[in-house]
Amino acid sequence: MKRMWNIFIKGLVKENPLLMLMIGLCSAVAVTTSVPNGIGMGLAMTFVIVFAEFVISLFRKLIPSDARIPIFIIVIAAFTTMVDLSMQAYFPALSKSMGVFIPLIVVNCIIMGRVEAFASKEKPLDAVVDALGMGIGYTWVLIGIAAIRELLGNGSLLAIRVLPESFQPILFFTLPPGGFMVFALFISFNLWLKRVIAARTELTSAREAA
Amino acid sequence: MNLAKIFISALLIDNIVLMRFLALCPFIGMSIDVSKSVGMGLAVTFVTVIATVVTWPLYMFVLVPLNLTFLKILVFILVIASLVQLVEFFLKKNVPGLYSSMGIYLPLITTNCAILAVTFDNISKGFNLIEAVVYAVGVALGFMLSLVLLAGIRDRLKTAPIPKFLQGTPILFAATSLLSVAFMGFAGLIK
Repeated sequence: MKRMWNIFIKGLVKENPLLMLMIGLCSAVAVTTSVPNGIGMGLAMTFVIVFAEFVISLFRKLIPSDARIPIFIIVIAAFTTMVDLSMQAYFPALSKSMGVFIPLIVVNCIIMGRVEAFASKEKPLDAVVDALGMGIGYTWVLIGIAAIRELLGNGSLLAIRVLPESFQPILFFTLPPGGFMVFALFISFNLWLKRVIAARTELTSAREAA
Repeated sequence: MNLAKIFISALLIDNIVLMRFLALCPFIGMSIDVSKSVGMGLAVTFVTVIATVVTWPLYMFVLVPLNLTFLKILVFILVIASLVQLVEFFLKKNVPGLYSSMGIYLPLITTNCAILAVTFDNISKGFNLIEAVVYAVGVALGFMLSLVLLAGIRDRLKTAPIPKFLQGTPILFAATSLLSVAFMGFAGLIK
């Protein structure tokens, strides 16, 4: 149980795919102009990574290592197509506002990276836990960035106005440059968070030793 | 005239990296110096154009008549992945000089989302084949332009005094943000 928890938790801060490993960045900056978009993208991506890691981990002994990359791509593309079509059918507005970024999940390096580094070697259950950790680690960053950008750029959260009418929306944050700037601050924040956590674990282990 | 409009808007106004946030991974990863950026840019241009020339007819003349358009994602990514492989073999055998200067970038290109995005755009924007190729060249050169710009900035950053909390990657994104502000100025270029 403890081991599972460790697999899960590392995706959140220590090995956060966006802020630490610096992969899968495109969608993170592009769709985060509002919180619903952030949530939608996060869930779509989590769905694809969980199923892709699960399926590939199930078949890991049958996949010849020379042909593994095309096989991974086909599996990922199949689940991406499912997500793309279901979103077009059930959430047409959301799907339209995210545009090309849903089909682009297929080239999201987070999925390819985890499938190659983790799912192709570990047991299916571990792979699902790892995928959930990565997916949620990705989603929280997306929602965080989206919340800041929607709040400052539009004065609202989840499309509900929260700041007083007198607040003049700062257009900068909904435009592309604002996305890059908020992302820069998020990386900086995560580096700080990582340092704080490291310092605390060092402290507790020192205390236990003493 | 129309072709020029497509080219300029792909190159500057809708710059693939700074305005549309695509291909950020190679943008941050490969912009270490100017010559690497140019190499990566050329390799991407090469593959994007070939991918356009192959995927556009494939979609129009095979997938549409057979009613298989829902397989678009699967087919396009496989075409791009195998094209990259093919180009690599071809260059290695026939143009070894070009291969040795471009070869290391080629495998990285499969996961470059700009190329897949261009092939989707060609379909969704309703381009004909010539427009699609012009668009592909514009996007790819726009990618190279932004890479070279960031490489130049990174050179300066080496000696610049940077606030402690922005050191490392954060400053790269802050610089990108300012570049992006500059590119927004192109918005009025075409009506």
